[in-house]
Amino acid sequence: MTVPLAIRVAFMIALALPLLSIGAGPKKASADPLVVDLSNHLVAITTGFTGTNVLLFGAVEEEGDVVVTVRGPDQDMVVRKKERKVGIWVNSESARYKNVPAYYASASNRPMDIIASPEVLLDYRIGLQNQRFIGESKLSDDDQKVYREALVRNMQGAGLFGERPAKISFLSNQLFRTDIHFPANTPTGTYTINVYLIRDGRVASVKTTPLVVSKTGISAEVYEFAHRYSALYGIIAVIIAVVAGWIASVVFRKR
Amino acid sequence: MQIYLPIAEISVNIFLILGLGGGVGFLSGLFGVGGGFLITPLLIFYGIPPAVSVATAANQIVASSVSGVFAHWKRGNVDLKMGLVLLAGGIVGSTVGVWVFAWLRSLGQIDLVISLCYVIFLGIIGGMMLFEATRAIFRTRRRGGQIRRSKKHQHSFIHGLPLKMRFYRSGLYISALLPLAVGFFVGMLTALMGVGGGFVMVPAMIYLLGMPTGVVIGTSLFQIIFVTANVTFLQSVQTQTVDVALAILLLIGGVIGAQFGAQFGSRLKAEHLRALLGLLVLSVCLKLLFDLVITPSDLYSVMPGDL
Repeated sequence: MTVPLAIRVAFMIALALPLLSIGAGPKKASADPLVVDLSNHLVAITTGFTGTNVLLFGAVEEEGDVVVTVRGPDQDMVVRKKERKVGIWVNSESARYKNVPAYYASASNRPMDIIASPEVLLDYRIGLQNQRFIGESKLSDDDQKVYREALVRNMQGAGLFGERPAKISFLSNQLFRTDIHFPANTPTGTYTINVYLIRDGRVASVKTTPLVVSKTGISAEVYEFAHRYSALYGIIAVIIAVVAGWIASVVFRKR
Repeated sequence: MQIYLPIAEISVNIFLILGLGGGVGFLSGLFGVGGGFLITPLLIFYGIPPAVSVATAANQIVASSVSGVFAHWKRGNVDLKMGLVLLAGGIVGSTVGVWVFAWLRSLGQIDLVISLCYVIFLGIIGGMMLFEATRAIFRTRRRGGQIRRSKKHQHSFIHGLPLKMRFYRSGLYISALLPLAVGFFVGMLTALMGVGGGFVMVPAMIYLLGMPTGVVIGTSLFQIIFVTANVTFLQSVQTQTVDVALAILLLIGGVIGAQFGAQFGSRLKAEHLRALLGLLVLSVCLKLLFDLVITPSDLYSVMPGDL
């Protein structure tokens, strides 16, 4: 009980210093309200690829809602409608859409409609319903709606559009994580991942991070070769087949 | 065990594809058909894009036909001259076919045309073979094992055609235009349907050209090798839809199956073989017809627009 006063004061200051620096953090201009990273910035499609998950994790400085969107490269898509003609189902009318993401998924910690108003979600193009596909067709507005629904439904069926937003889980008030699933048929290209920090229904911060999906290893080389030296590829394909057939007949002749 | 196919861009089960190749290879050796008429629909049912299925099946048929032709060549069952004339027609036909294929694909009608071609050709030929073979089987039985001989010297308009050629091995003296036309037609089917065309070629040789059954299978296999090789090459250049990884898996199964098929086939009577093939062809036809007629689960389909 006879600790000198000077030592006691020094001890208390030492204890308090870290607390002070934490308290001062948010006031600094350079502080980041939202920090995000991925477990992997490259999804490598190898010969054994059957789909994969990428972990997205991050931290928010102050409590808020987090929304994540993952958008694959744009491509043109054609939607065709079947009609019964002479008893057989035949493709008839079609509509072409531009700017259709090859992949789209979203995630949020709470239902989106609670986090922000439809107007805010539309402004930031968050969610499947707010993706704008530019249609090229002579269809009426009603038909456009049906075709668009068919497009989304088919992409969802192929596992390339998320059926509903995935769950983002908060590990504490500040740390969050979510898994982004990429199916076996994931298209290659550069994906854009946007992470939105939403507070009081307004977007407080946005972080964008790219993710590359590409073929690697033998399958990538075969694909590359087939497209760059297609004539040679064709000749090799024929030679492989002829040799395989010949080997088989030689092997079986000796029996 | 899954493997990712580089051109089809999906991952498939290795053993399933090997088994598929093996089963179809067995039938291929048994009946002397390339087996493409089975392999292409099966690949499409499995989820391989139709364009890749058609082009890759052509590649696989090259292998199964090569392995099958040696056995027939050794037994002298290949009419080389007839094969070359058929081939000349086949090369032209398959080249035109690859072009028509690309055109139909741009119209979005390729799947329908593939299915319709299958239903029509498989239906007609399967029905005819089954009918003829059943009749032959019953006739043989009634006459106590006596084999019905085909009449070689029936005269029709076919014998009035110019450019007559002598085919010694087949014992025929007919116009070269006839095998040329057959080759052209079958070559087109190869490109459009991903088939060797044996199921059209074999009956055409028997019933239209009047070739003896013994040389039909060997000669058909001989020309199929070159026509399917041509299609493989052209599809590689024009559409880049030949998947060698898929083809290798199919042909490993296929060439092994074909050997067993050929050995097994030599123990069967020709009309029994034809009856079995007829049944098989008809069942594939009915399955495809069924798929065309029943209401699809989704009336709308989605395809990348650059196709």
